[in-house]
Amino acid sequence: MGRYLIRRLLQVIPVFIGATLILYFLVFAIPGDPIRALAGDRPIPEGTLNVLRDRYNLNDPFLVQYAKYVGGVFTGNFGESFRGREVSDIIAQRFPVTLRLGLLAFVIEAIFGLIAGVLAGLRKGSFIDNLVLVTTIAVVSIPLFVVGALAQYVVGVRLDLLPIAGIADGWQSYVMPAFVLASLSLAYIARLTRTSLSENLRADYVRTATAKGMPRSRVVGRHALRNSLIPVVTFLGVDLGNLLQGAIITEGIFNLPGIGGEVFRAVRGQEGPVVVGIVTIMVVVFIVANLVVDLLYAVLDPRIRYE
Amino acid sequence: MSDDVKTGSELDPPELEAADTRVGEPDSTTHAAGGAGAAATAVSGGEVVGQASLWSDAWVELRRSKLFLVSTFFILVLMVMAVFPGLFTGADPRSCSLGNSLLEPSAEHWFGTDIQGCDYYARTIYGARVSMLVGIFVSAAVVAVAILLGSLSGYYGGLVDSLITRVTDIWFAIPTILGAIIILSVFDQKGILQVSLVLILLGWPTLMRLMRSSVLSVKEMDYVQAARALGAGDRRIMRRHILPNAVAPVIVYGTITVGIAIVSEASLSFLGVGLQLPEISWGLMINEAQGRVRNDAFLLFFPAAFLSVAVFSFILLGDALRDALDPKSR
Repeated sequence: MGRYLIRRLLQVIPVFIGATLILYFLVFAIPGDPIRALAGDRPIPEGTLNVLRDRYNLNDPFLVQYAKYVGGVFTGNFGESFRGREVSDIIAQRFPVTLRLGLLAFVIEAIFGLIAGVLAGLRKGSFIDNLVLVTTIAVVSIPLFVVGALAQYVVGVRLDLLPIAGIADGWQSYVMPAFVLASLSLAYIARLTRTSLSENLRADYVRTATAKGMPRSRVVGRHALRNSLIPVVTFLGVDLGNLLQGAIITEGIFNLPGIGGEVFRAVRGQEGPVVVGIVTIMVVVFIVANLVVDLLYAVLDPRIRYE
Repeated sequence: MSDDVKTGSELDPPELEAADTRVGEPDSTTHAAGGAGAAATAVSGGEVVGQASLWSDAWVELRRSKLFLVSTFFILVLMVMAVFPGLFTGADPRSCSLGNSLLEPSAEHWFGTDIQGCDYYARTIYGARVSMLVGIFVSAAVVAVAILLGSLSGYYGGLVDSLITRVTDIWFAIPTILGAIIILSVFDQKGILQVSLVLILLGWPTLMRLMRSSVLSVKEMDYVQAARALGAGDRRIMRRHILPNAVAPVIVYGTITVGIAIVSEASLSFLGVGLQLPEISWGLMINEAQGRVRNDAFLLFFPAAFLSVAVFSFILLGDALRDALDPKSR
């Protein structure tokens, strides 16, 4: 395990460098001169242009720019946007919104997904099972932005239960976006739990536990469910990264001032430093989530042994 | 049974040969009940050898599957819609008159009209083309790349494997939507080709990993060892023995990938970074409809319903294929 841990940690380094290099290069390759764009239609003096280009390292070759930036990130310096704001300030301001949205979605999908999956898996073929199967496949088929727009219409406009957009109403503003963001993963978790549980219920150790007179609730709770949760827990780990991605769409629909909406605006406004800063954070979250899942897998399932 | 043969061989080598040739014959007098059972299965296996591949079994299974029938029906209808939209509607989706702006659904305009006064039914029908094109193109390309890289990596191992796996890990770490937004902003033009290329670029790692692990497990099978012992070369082993048996999970996930690609295209178009306006795409239609949901909810409903049915059909087809291709689930 120790050796595996070290090898797996070392693998993170080339992946981080590779992924950020590709994304930085793309941001770098976006056509148009961001400094000239700052001035709009007015001409900009050659001297000012050069000073600004130097300040943002735009005169350096791409790899030097990259090295300077990544070096800065590791010392906590995310650089400055072309409009003169610290990128770390922008992230500090936007990130809490995304974090609240993501965590709420995470809790929702874990709780509701597990309940639905367990109810379905315990009685395969029952009404509840079929209900869960049909609803989940419907949710999986309907794209996130359609679910969002429909929820806005039905819950927000027709029933007038929750705020439609923005975060002016405090935590209530997050409820609908979080449910929408969670919907897809919720369906996956329900299906995963169902399959896994119904498979484990047929396992020999469950029969043994039942045969020795253990009450059903204990058989399910202590034996079957625990083993069934292994794939679910790992899915939840990977999903942390996916939620951050889904946040780009969800924040767009519900007009939440989070990191997803910000990166979107920054790409359009050619705010290279802001895009690159947010991209770095997202890639790190993604890589860490995958790392945690791999390690969790090894810890949770003793049958999996790494050399 | 093999124990019997072994003891025979220890006693008398010629008898081993006799026993060997006799395996598979119904009257194996040298063996007890166990031998007879094995012989019977060998014979029943012998009758269908040549036809009973994984794929022909799957086909028999599929024809009985309701999931398969329902999903292929929808997919066929959508395909025809994509290729011959004129069969479904006589109206031209681009001939619009502002005088007809935002009409409710009626006998003349089944799905009503949009803000420009275009017939919404015609636009929804023509929207199938982009979705099907992007979905099938992306999935086919991703499956091809995955099969190629996955079999190279899984079969040869060593340096080739390390190299391909590392590159895959890097691309896997790029979040799809974020990556797509950035890559698409590099292009001046954002057409079907650009959107598809981006989705291929960001979509192949998952399937490549699937193919690699599938090849890794098939590679260890006895029949591969047997083929190698008989002197088959790498290319023959890969093509005739490994590929047909390893490709099943990739085909299943590739089918689902069609649905995922359709959703991704629509999502990008919805966000405004995918296809641009004169193009007719369900994602774009939903984008326009979102702002008018309060008064004209039908604008949201129709393209959303078509989009969902398309995605639903491919996911369902993937499920049906998985059930048919997995002998354990029967």
